[in-house]
Amino acid sequence: MRLLRYIGKRLLHLVPVLLGVTVLVFFISHAIPGDPARMMAGQKASREAVENLRRSMGLDRPLHEQYLRYMKGLLHGDLGRSVRSQRPVVEDLKDFFPATLELTLASMTLCLVVGLPLGILSAVRRNRPLDHASRVFSVCGVSMPVFWLGLMLLLLFYRNLQWLPGSGRLDVGLDPPASVTGLYLVDALLEGNRPVFLNALSHIILPAFCLSYVYLAVITRIVRSSMIAVMEQDYVTTARANGISEPVVILKHCLKNSLIPTVTIAGLSVGELLGGAILTETIFGWPGMGKYVVDSVNFLDFPAIMGFTLVVSLSYVLINLAVDVIYAFLNPQIRY
Amino acid sequence: MPSSTPRSGTDPTGGWRRFREEHAWQIREFFFTLHLLRRNPSAVAGFVIICSMVFLALAAPWVAPYDPIRISLSERLSPPSWHHLFGTDELGRDLFSRVLYGARISLRIGLLVVGIAGGLGTILGAVAGYVGGKTDDVIMRCLDIVLSFPSLVLAMALAAALGPSLRNAILAVAFVMIPKFARLVRGEALAVRERPFIAAAKVSGASHTWIVFHHVIPNCLSSVIVLGTLVVGETILIASSLSFIGLGAQPPTPEWGAMISVGRKFLMDQWWYATFPGLFILVTVIGFNIFGDALRDVLDPRIRR
Repeated sequence: MRLLRYIGKRLLHLVPVLLGVTVLVFFISHAIPGDPARMMAGQKASREAVENLRRSMGLDRPLHEQYLRYMKGLLHGDLGRSVRSQRPVVEDLKDFFPATLELTLASMTLCLVVGLPLGILSAVRRNRPLDHASRVFSVCGVSMPVFWLGLMLLLLFYRNLQWLPGSGRLDVGLDPPASVTGLYLVDALLEGNRPVFLNALSHIILPAFCLSYVYLAVITRIVRSSMIAVMEQDYVTTARANGISEPVVILKHCLKNSLIPTVTIAGLSVGELLGGAILTETIFGWPGMGKYVVDSVNFLDFPAIMGFTLVVSLSYVLINLAVDVIYAFLNPQIRY
Repeated sequence: MPSSTPRSGTDPTGGWRRFREEHAWQIREFFFTLHLLRRNPSAVAGFVIICSMVFLALAAPWVAPYDPIRISLSERLSPPSWHHLFGTDELGRDLFSRVLYGARISLRIGLLVVGIAGGLGTILGAVAGYVGGKTDDVIMRCLDIVLSFPSLVLAMALAAALGPSLRNAILAVAFVMIPKFARLVRGEALAVRERPFIAAAKVSGASHTWIVFHHVIPNCLSSVIVLGTLVVGETILIASSLSFIGLGAQPPTPEWGAMISVGRKFLMDQWWYATFPGLFILVTVIGFNIFGDALRDVLDPRIRR
């Protein structure tokens, strides 16, 4: 019951944040020093076209009226029309969303599968070679330009070793599985289509690793430090004194408690992941929202850029809400 | 209040002595911190990296063997050799020279962003924490909104809206970084506000502005310096990412991200083009990150010594 009330409260807190996000995106797209109508129309539009657009967009109205109009559109799922594709931005983003989701989910899985054990191991073997190696690995991770890492991976695994494909979600000529979730890996499994599954898997390995590396570094470090903090507590000593075997102490008594800070940081790092997706998708020709937005940047396609910004930020806010709820679930002491 | 303490500026040695006497404690702390830093291997490593980068940036006109924008079509896309340490690009420009000049640009971006964001963020945070109440609420809620965007995404949207140029990219990244400083300083200001010397300053008639600038902010400076060091690294990453997607430095500016962006087109046959600028980004950012982390450990009173 108290958990439900907490969730309700967090949802209420969400309202001003969501409003704030829309206000900021609105200001960026409407009150910029340049000429929004000119930018929306594209560089090649004629003067009359720009004037018409200005009137039809209501840019000659006072700012607060413009904002109300913008909000009304948003609530109806209207993010404007893309200059490049001449389609509603929402439709475009819908098409590209599953690819981005698949890539981010794969990266997060990779982070947890590699980051958790690595963090635990470096905490258990503190100041031993493995710990030092994992520290170097993490420092490189948080300092790595994602786009450069992607290029280096391509150079090594695609060009030199020729182990993995270099771009796209599937080989050319292979039909994507029937869309249920939009995630090729899941859809191929549902269809029982082994060749497509393996092919999709080989395509996702490089981008997923590239994207997850930064995040992986963060997770490893935070798991390590929170594990160390927990392992020094009295109840752990007691558990050991009671003759409980070391793996059980580590995995059952320590890990659970050290997950609390990990979850918070993991939630905050999703932002890095969403930002990194822009670069990773561009490098690996991954047909997701990130590649879409970079293509839009090159075209100065404003509605598309702003739509992407809004959608990504809203997802980021919602993910952090989910993280807060998980956090409250993990740690019963915390009820703000 | 500051004007009530007369200072004789005539005798320079006397002024220096008085400064040393008045600040004896701070000076001792400073040298102790230096001593701790010297014993910390990652601090030394980070410091060496940062210094070498600063040196290369400053000395680029003398160290660089060629003019970074000199075009020599006969030597285009030649692999690394003794003549061209890092090879040449599609216009025959020497990549080693370009990378060196790139250090100037990236470090300047880092410093400018930390200067702008650190300055504004510190003032905002100090005011929010010191004044408290409604002011605090308004400032922090506004900054929370900025934090609810992934940094690169917001910086990209801003830079795109302002128009693709290096200056706009710097403004965009600085805007994104402000809340980081403000949050940190606010937290510290909340604690400083309760200390006795603030009450003492108040009863001696100091204005709020004076207290913020002479007591609150100086007491938060060490944390701001730590964060600033780490933010330089992050800024270099974000700014080069912006240049990579075409929103920062424009060609022919030898900016690392922009160079990689062009080098990407030649990746399969001319590996050196994209490799070296990226390596420099990586090393520079590592330098700032490990130095910042070490600085934090050394300055943190809880784990100091």
